[in-house]
Amino acid sequence: MSAPTSTVTTVSPEGPAVEAKPAKRRRLRFVANGKAATGLIVLGFFCLIAIIGPWIAPYDPSARSSDLIQPPSSEHWFGTTHLGQDIFSQMLVGTRGVMFVGLLAGLVATALSILIGVSSGFLGGAADEGLSALSNVFLVIPALPLIIIVASTIPGAGDLMVALVIGFTSWAWGARVLRAQTLSLRRRDYVEAARATGESTWRIITAEIMPNLTAIIASSFVGTVIFAIMSEITLAFIGISTISEWNWGTILFWAQSQQALAQGAWWWFVPAGLAIAILGTALSLINFGIDEFVSPRLRSSGHHHKTKDGQPIRMRVGFTPILPKPEQNATPVVRKKKEAAA
Amino acid sequence: MKFLLQRVAFYLFTAWAALTINFFIPRLIPGDPVTSLINKYQGQISTEAIQSLYVLFGLDKDASLWSQYVDYWGQVFRGDLGLSFTFFPTPVADVLNQSLPWTIALVGLTTLASFAIGTGLGILAGWRRGSWLDGLLPVTTFLSSIPYFWLGLLAITLLAGPDSIFPSSGGYEPGLVPSWDGAFIGSAIQHSLLPAITILISSVSGWILSMRNMMVTVASEDYITVAHAKGLPEKRVMMSYAARNALLPNVSGFALSLGFIVGGTLLVEIVFSYPGIGYNLFQAVGSKDYPLMQGVFLVITLSVLVANLIADVAYLLLDPRTRKEG
Amino acid sequence: MSGKEPVLEIKDFSVDYGLGDEGVQAVRDVTLTLHRGEVLGLAGESGSGKSTLAYGVTRLLPPPGVISGGEVIYHPPGGDPYDVMSLTNAELRAFRWAETSIVFQGAMNSLNPVHKVSTQMLDVIKAHEPDLSPEARIARAKDMLKLVGISADRMDAYPHQLSGGMRQRVMIGMALVLEPQIVIMDEPTTALDVVMQRQILAQLVELRERLGFSVLFITHDLSLLVEFSDRIAIMYGGRIVEEAKSADLYKDSLHPYSEGLLKSFPALRGPRKELAGIPGSPPDLRGMPTGCSFHPRCPHAFDRCSEEVPLLGIPSARNDPSRSVACWLPGRVPVG
Repeated sequence: MSAPTSTVTTVSPEGPAVEAKPAKRRRLRFVANGKAATGLIVLGFFCLIAIIGPWIAPYDPSARSSDLIQPPSSEHWFGTTHLGQDIFSQMLVGTRGVMFVGLLAGLVATALSILIGVSSGFLGGAADEGLSALSNVFLVIPALPLIIIVASTIPGAGDLMVALVIGFTSWAWGARVLRAQTLSLRRRDYVEAARATGESTWRIITAEIMPNLTAIIASSFVGTVIFAIMSEITLAFIGISTISEWNWGTILFWAQSQQALAQGAWWWFVPAGLAIAILGTALSLINFGIDEFVSPRLRSSGHHHKTKDGQPIRMRVGFTPILPKPEQNATPVVRKKKEAAA
Repeated sequence: MKFLLQRVAFYLFTAWAALTINFFIPRLIPGDPVTSLINKYQGQISTEAIQSLYVLFGLDKDASLWSQYVDYWGQVFRGDLGLSFTFFPTPVADVLNQSLPWTIALVGLTTLASFAIGTGLGILAGWRRGSWLDGLLPVTTFLSSIPYFWLGLLAITLLAGPDSIFPSSGGYEPGLVPSWDGAFIGSAIQHSLLPAITILISSVSGWILSMRNMMVTVASEDYITVAHAKGLPEKRVMMSYAARNALLPNVSGFALSLGFIVGGTLLVEIVFSYPGIGYNLFQAVGSKDYPLMQGVFLVITLSVLVANLIADVAYLLLDPRTRKEG
Repeated sequence: MSGKEPVLEIKDFSVDYGLGDEGVQAVRDVTLTLHRGEVLGLAGESGSGKSTLAYGVTRLLPPPGVISGGEVIYHPPGGDPYDVMSLTNAELRAFRWAETSIVFQGAMNSLNPVHKVSTQMLDVIKAHEPDLSPEARIARAKDMLKLVGISADRMDAYPHQLSGGMRQRVMIGMALVLEPQIVIMDEPTTALDVVMQRQILAQLVELRERLGFSVLFITHDLSLLVEFSDRIAIMYGGRIVEEAKSADLYKDSLHPYSEGLLKSFPALRGPRKELAGIPGSPPDLRGMPTGCSFHPRCPHAFDRCSEEVPLLGIPSARNDPSRSVACWLPGRVPVG
């Protein structure tokens, strides 16, 4: 005997009762994430420097002076080069190039990865096969050597050209992630429903799929910016991009070629490296924030909890913590051993 | 088996794509990088060598693109990558032959070590949430944001010096002749220490983080709860159930990001003047030695493909689900 | 069948999700007794707290779940009873599976995909009976698989090579391999088709007669419980609202929620009834209604229901100590 299909819809057997929060509140929560906020503030600072850097720089970064290889002083905050150039000014002026190339390359790569990843995931079939093969090829081929070769073959590659080369060679990772997510979204009920009711493909992609990809797009953009900045600085450091345009890599190029190390001129290469590391860390922090925003489980801070009376509780998979009992509720049952609450 | 064949087919396709890209780059980009160099060495280069450079860089204007392409493939298969201008008149293939073992030893071994160490720490960090390892994450993030080459510079300044046990440059003691004897190997290991540490420090963080996140994700799987419910020892649940499963995506991630990693680590060779392929690339860029540059790109790409294939085999051994289809 | 001797007593058991201000109570002051050899059914909609209760009792609830109060007294055969909540981690590990095993909802995900069935059977025997020789372990695992209808040559199969029904049988076999006193089953057959459901349940009944374990059977499918269990407890909003022998509950359910649940599922045997649902949806844990948490959906609700929480007790109109209900309706108010 088989049971007739239940027509009851009000008794839902399973499915979490988590309500979707309004988008605005969720966005606020992202900014409230400490890591993301720190990252955004630092990124904002560098963006500001990129804009106003050339105006507030105390010296012309290329201007020579008689103060050769001077350590940091009140006159030259970050010291001077072998030509007496002010390194602090070079840093300030160079920020613009770094940010410009990083953001532009990130934009180009992200646009490409959306175009290729989303259409690959959404179209399926032969188009998908072809596009994912393409992105896998670009993923496996070592990007940096390719960028180096292309950039060095182009005569007189400036910031714009470097940004485009990086953008066109580093979209593959984002495309891969977006494709996977689009594939899973495409099979969701509401997308199937939209297809069934004959909504246009374009509308489904823009209205149903894209909003659900925002976090992934953001994180792949940030990831590409990190990669682009590193690549750009590397190109400048090994002397491929034009050394007439100042950026942090150019500073390092001169420091390296003029044997700053051997001369003990640590101030020549420390500021640029630190700036790169701080900017990179800030971008990584933003990405951690996005990750934790998307899957709250990854949050590390969420694991040290305190009860109302301030006692620490350690959450642990497989051993659910027991809240300590208030004394007046003591039970008559003989306890064997009191387990430490830690 | 089907899985492996598919992967091999994909890598062959990628190898074809890389070689084709290599063929087109000098042809698509305006300007003629090689002619002036050939003219410079006029009289010192044999006609065959000139012909070979013509084929590689598309200077043979009379031939059709297709016949250029066919010639190019024929030449690549013979291992003829042209003459290096930096090490004139040594063929590019010979230059690469000499430097490849150095790179494989340094970059290959340290990448593996970094993956192993990072995965191990990631297992612990993901399993024992809220332990001191979580506090380590911001530090490693900062370290991984530092460009490899800059960390190398810093390491040289701080650790290398006349009295230090760490040599600041080169692959071995200048007076020694490369051979398989104790003195040479000892010297080679000593010279590789600092570059290796540099690569380790900046690359390990990525593996810690990805393994940690995978452990956290896997920890909520039903089979982990079952393993706890079975009352298995903690270590067994952590290693045999959680880590064993979390490792799978990390291994495929390893394969996919090899291209990124190798590209970055090659730069460490530049800072340390390490006699590997990355240093070759640097030298080639400096003297506009296009044949050497292209050769370096090809060798790096092919090595990464081979490494990928090895990673795929490892994945195959780790995941029973890919082993047998039907 | 069901002896009067208790094997597991859950007393005033509460579970929270989250701590402090963010915390919500998912299980509230539940008191429930499982007797030796019986099948106790635990039914309710999703979000009623039935699975939370089962996982809480074994302390397997994932974060942010915390046990905020109560005791779980286990009575080992021929030993002194003890509170599972006061065991150390090592003691708890030894207690698990040897005394209380669990069959989880999704057999698909309950087995570790990278290990053979044999590995997963043997590691649990090894962990609890380290003195047993490897040959004896293998023999034990094979015997148990045979008992649940899996041939011994499937020992070397990986989970993905087995069908859904076979995987669930493996899980049941694994749950019984240490011959525990209690087996908790969380929707063990929900993912299977009806024929497979029947087969597995029939087998379970047979195994229980042979091995004499007690079962805490959790499902949303009340019709299954009516047929299969000795007693049934109905949960709503984290509390038990009614508890009775299966036959009594089926014939004469007292709580309006039990009534609604019974009407929303077709009975497998007996006269056909018209199916009707319960209007409204389960309560949100973050904003529990005051008083009886069912009152917003209850067709019989009156003023008192939204003001006071009814306590679980023997209903005044039925002088039957085997039943209890938490409801303010006349005749159902607990005595004493």
